[in-house]
Amino acid sequence: MTDAIRLLVGTKKGLFFLDSDSGRDGWRLSGPHCATWPINHAVADPVTGAIHAGGGNEWFGPAVWTSRDGGASWSHSSAGLAYEEGADPVKSVWSLMARDGRVHAGVEPAGLFVSEDGAQSFAPLDALRHHPTRERWMPGAAGLILHHIVGHPEDPARLWVAISAAGVFATEDGGRTWAPRNDGTRQDYAPEEHRYAEVGQCVHSLTMAAGMPDRLYQQNHCGMYRSDDAGRNWQSIEAGLPSTFGFPAVAHPSDPDTLFLFPLNGDQKGRFAPDGKVAVWRTRDGGATWQALREGLPQQDAYVTVLRQGMATDGGAPAGLYFGTTSGEVYASRDEGESWQCVARHLPMISSVEAMRP
Amino acid sequence: MTAAPHAAREPVPRVRVLLPRALVDLFPGAATVTEVEAVTVDAALDALDRRWPGMRARLADTRPAIRKHINVFIDGERATLRTRLKPGDEVCILTAISGG
Repeated sequence: MTDAIRLLVGTKKGLFFLDSDSGRDGWRLSGPHCATWPINHAVADPVTGAIHAGGGNEWFGPAVWTSRDGGASWSHSSAGLAYEEGADPVKSVWSLMARDGRVHAGVEPAGLFVSEDGAQSFAPLDALRHHPTRERWMPGAAGLILHHIVGHPEDPARLWVAISAAGVFATEDGGRTWAPRNDGTRQDYAPEEHRYAEVGQCVHSLTMAAGMPDRLYQQNHCGMYRSDDAGRNWQSIEAGLPSTFGFPAVAHPSDPDTLFLFPLNGDQKGRFAPDGKVAVWRTRDGGATWQALREGLPQQDAYVTVLRQGMATDGGAPAGLYFGTTSGEVYASRDEGESWQCVARHLPMISSVEAMRP
Repeated sequence: MTAAPHAAREPVPRVRVLLPRALVDLFPGAATVTEVEAVTVDAALDALDRRWPGMRARLADTRPAIRKHINVFIDGERATLRTRLKPGDEVCILTAISGG
């Protein structure tokens, strides 16, 4: 048994909640929240309980929506989510991290902002956007987006971000300076001599191993990787997986050797579950070997895709695991991926899933 | 030598602003019809923002320009932030066709 869990499901048409009891076997859907705005990512502040949802509306621009009463009422703000006059303006919020009294927001075009007042206003951490490598960053299919923010568990000054397609960058001084962390990750789409460049990698997901802050995992457009030195060097862990392509990567909440991936069939083959058979792939040994987890998942004619932030774990024991598809289904496992049930369907296209304790 | 008399300052035009329902719904207490005093569309958005903080950012970006999928019409003519206003103008703000 664990605590009750709420899933925050970000979709193209609003934020939805899925609530379970402590058994994690009955789920109630509610929403859409945030005025049906496209929501790319939503998180909960573990201290205040505030829920923050980031997105962008084609009419009204970017915003971080915030609820301090469990979703009963919402406010929205883009105060400070701005670039200088003449620059391409901030279009949308893509990633959020709420901890240590701050809310960080990653946006498109790629940049990072921080709020010290609970997401009512933001200030730019502009050294990243003005990094000397900036002219070599190239937008991916979803734009030039900063889609993952990972914080060190003990040192708030240390952050890692993932940008498509620029790669992983790290700061150790709270955002004043940044360094690329892409050595060992490749760009199959680049000429041979640029295949292992300093920047330009199309990272898709970045996650930190539990209790080992120097161990990071990433799903890339071109392969799956592990780093044991805070991203300075990456080793391929893709052997044994059905493809080198996928979007989400989720570290186990307590076991640093366990990682969950959702490999797709390839970047030029439709980007869906290989052979129309859905599986989450799990390693228990840091990526040396892999096991497909299929029980309860569709194994015929299921051409589903899970995006960068579309899979999440809770802190339960055993860990719960959840993913949402671009075709609007949410699947849940309460036994670390061994078995699955579909807990929502017919939702709008799902961008993100996160778990919180309401 | 005596100081030149101050030129009579032109009164700031008072205009009527029509706001789209989808925008009004984002700001508790906002109305779909309101009046502001402003010399330009840019200043009208500032006036709206003073009344309902955050509203300008929903209608204009930081280039600065009216957002791509927002249209502003004055007497049937498409306006920009720099368009000047006359007393009695009706500033109609519309959401353009967008989405899927």
